[in-house]
Amino acid sequence: MTKSVFLGTLAASALVAGFASAGTLDDVKARGELICGSNTGLTGFGAPDANGEWQGFDVALCRAVAAAVLGDATKVKFVPTTGETRFTALASGEVDLLVRNSTWTFSRDNDLKLDFVAVNYYDGQGFMVKKDLGVTSAKELDGATVCIQTGTTTELNLADFFKFNNITYTPVTVADDAEAQRQYLAGACDAFTTDASGLAASRATMPDPANHIILPEIISKEPLGPVVRHGDNNWGDIVRWTYYALLIAEEKGITQANVDEIAASSTDPEVRRLLGVEGETGAMMGVDNAWAHNAIKAVGNYGEIFAANIGESTPIGLARGLNELWSKGGLQYAPPVR
Amino acid sequence: MAYVADAPKASFRPSMLIYDTRYRSITIQVIVLLLAVLFVGWLADNTIQNLAAKDKDINFSFLWNRAGYDLDQQLIPYTNDSTHGRAAMVGLLNTLAVAFLGCIFSTILGVFIGVLRLSKNWLVSRLMTVYIEMFRNVPLLLWIIMVFVIFSEIAPAPKDFKVTDEMIAAGELPKASMMFMDSVAVTNRGTNIPMPLVEHPLGYVNLGFATANLTVVALFALIGASIYANRRVARHARAVQEATGDRPTIWWKSLLILFAPSIFFLWALGFHLEYPELKGFNFKGGLNVAHSFTALLLALVLYYGAVIAETVRSGIIAISNGQSEAAFALGLRPGRTMRLVILPQALRVIIPPLISQFLSLTKDTSLGIGVSYLDLRGTLGGITLNQTGRELECMLLMMLIYLLISLLISFVMNIYNHSVKLKER
Repeated sequence: MTKSVFLGTLAASALVAGFASAGTLDDVKARGELICGSNTGLTGFGAPDANGEWQGFDVALCRAVAAAVLGDATKVKFVPTTGETRFTALASGEVDLLVRNSTWTFSRDNDLKLDFVAVNYYDGQGFMVKKDLGVTSAKELDGATVCIQTGTTTELNLADFFKFNNITYTPVTVADDAEAQRQYLAGACDAFTTDASGLAASRATMPDPANHIILPEIISKEPLGPVVRHGDNNWGDIVRWTYYALLIAEEKGITQANVDEIAASSTDPEVRRLLGVEGETGAMMGVDNAWAHNAIKAVGNYGEIFAANIGESTPIGLARGLNELWSKGGLQYAPPVR
Repeated sequence: MAYVADAPKASFRPSMLIYDTRYRSITIQVIVLLLAVLFVGWLADNTIQNLAAKDKDINFSFLWNRAGYDLDQQLIPYTNDSTHGRAAMVGLLNTLAVAFLGCIFSTILGVFIGVLRLSKNWLVSRLMTVYIEMFRNVPLLLWIIMVFVIFSEIAPAPKDFKVTDEMIAAGELPKASMMFMDSVAVTNRGTNIPMPLVEHPLGYVNLGFATANLTVVALFALIGASIYANRRVARHARAVQEATGDRPTIWWKSLLILFAPSIFFLWALGFHLEYPELKGFNFKGGLNVAHSFTALLLALVLYYGAVIAETVRSGIIAISNGQSEAAFALGLRPGRTMRLVILPQALRVIIPPLISQFLSLTKDTSLGIGVSYLDLRGTLGGITLNQTGRELECMLLMMLIYLLISLLISFVMNIYNHSVKLKER
């Protein structure tokens, strides 16, 4: 009896603790550390490097937010989450922010009570097959066995795509990318499907990347972006504008290297507002006025982050494509800082 | 003046609730019960309030929404247009299939190993000891993953089975070939076995929540009837034996009654096997048993076989030596001694712990998540939970279903236990 009362109290206090947070910003400041939900390990997007330091495209955004809020990009704790656990981890308050290749969908936005604050990568679902399979289009995959990560939008898209094209497949559901890759390489499935960026990242870590091709069909829209809990608008704004600051920085030619110099010398009023030289942009959000300056100083602008982690010079080799700035024909567009 | 010798009437005072031993235990129980009810109520209220604070409610209507995902092993018809409830049902049947087969095979294996471990043959008993200790002392999940990885890494790919014209011309053999007269193919994607089919099925009947395959129902009914008839024959033989001392020969009658009706029934419906064939990427036709199923079942059987073997051994050792000595003195051979004298008595000791092994096995089928076996945990507690975001509802429902399955197994096994336990007259 004593034991069960004790356990009950424990369970109850866990329930209460999960929902105790009043404002995420206050919590993060009080803690002195940002807790960021990350991938369990997807090279290029979020994975620990040889020294155990988290690196990647999504990880950089977490660091930028930490720099904007706390002034220090190293004050981030990364919590690896799987496709299944990520939203629960966010909703329960285990993480402050989730940046983990998560697709913005209607039901996640409304039914799961989450807020997608931006799209940091415009993606689409693709297929990877072994070259010697002799398949050149996803529509030739009739009867194929397809490895698919469970708990994601991809398994719904996959079912729709095959149904729409009137062809059949056998799903092999797996828990995470690493297991999917193992099964795919072992030949347990003909094709591996996930977001095209994930396929490229996966292929980069294979022993023989040249023997695998990504089929041309992109079967879905996958806007990936940072997610926060519904209802904490201030915190959502901070994450959104930190991301926009990185975009504006690229647009204005502000880089990690020259940000100090530009802050001191620029006469462009928008740059001056952004970098906190004039105006009170930080105070309006409840953070330091140099928030954008700190973020850019810590991780560089959007273009730099892209090039360093997943760009064409990296093993992952993704082109900017849709993720080019609006001024260069892409979709990345930030509202003005005014 | 009449004195009435009444016993002084005990008047009840509230303080007696604490100081009178007659009432004290009741008082304590009532208080504890109240506290427990309050505590549970507070927990539920707290949960609902906190969910409301996050704009969430408890709502099971998602079970009637379209699921939208596909499953690779389905014992009842299912497409991605079916509902989440239907998907949960598919998962439940997958759970029950593994649990049912697992309980049967692990019991057979367990009894066999347990008896052999007590063998006087040094080598056999030591081998069995090694087996038991090896399987019982390594976590079950590791065995499941290991069996699965062995299957998917070592088995040949479907294309290795392909025979091209050039290969025939060059006299080469394909890298892999099918087993058991070209009927079974083990590939790295699954095991393809022949599928039993009938030419003139009896059709289906819709029961509202599910469709019943009349052919299967009729076959089971026929087998049940045969078994019942066979028991009648055996009972009659026993009666004759007790009356006259001579046991009539009934083995051919038994065989006829047990098998002839089913065989005739299947022949009449045009029973045949559909063999798997390599077409395109994969084997088509036949039945494709996913490795996740095979791995889970095999690992469960091997692990629980070892555990049940120990239970069986303890049951046998619990029977005093005098029993077997008496049986030998009557001239029974060791095999019959075990079967007729020792095991029936040992069952009384074996059954109660065996019930808990069955319960553990059933619950451990949820470890199939390690190899992505889509059982109840994989569908309702996995994909559905993820796609709908209804964690609390899915978990509650899943716990309720596992509870019901376990209670059902307990109930059935307790009936059996009642029938074999020592009858005290």
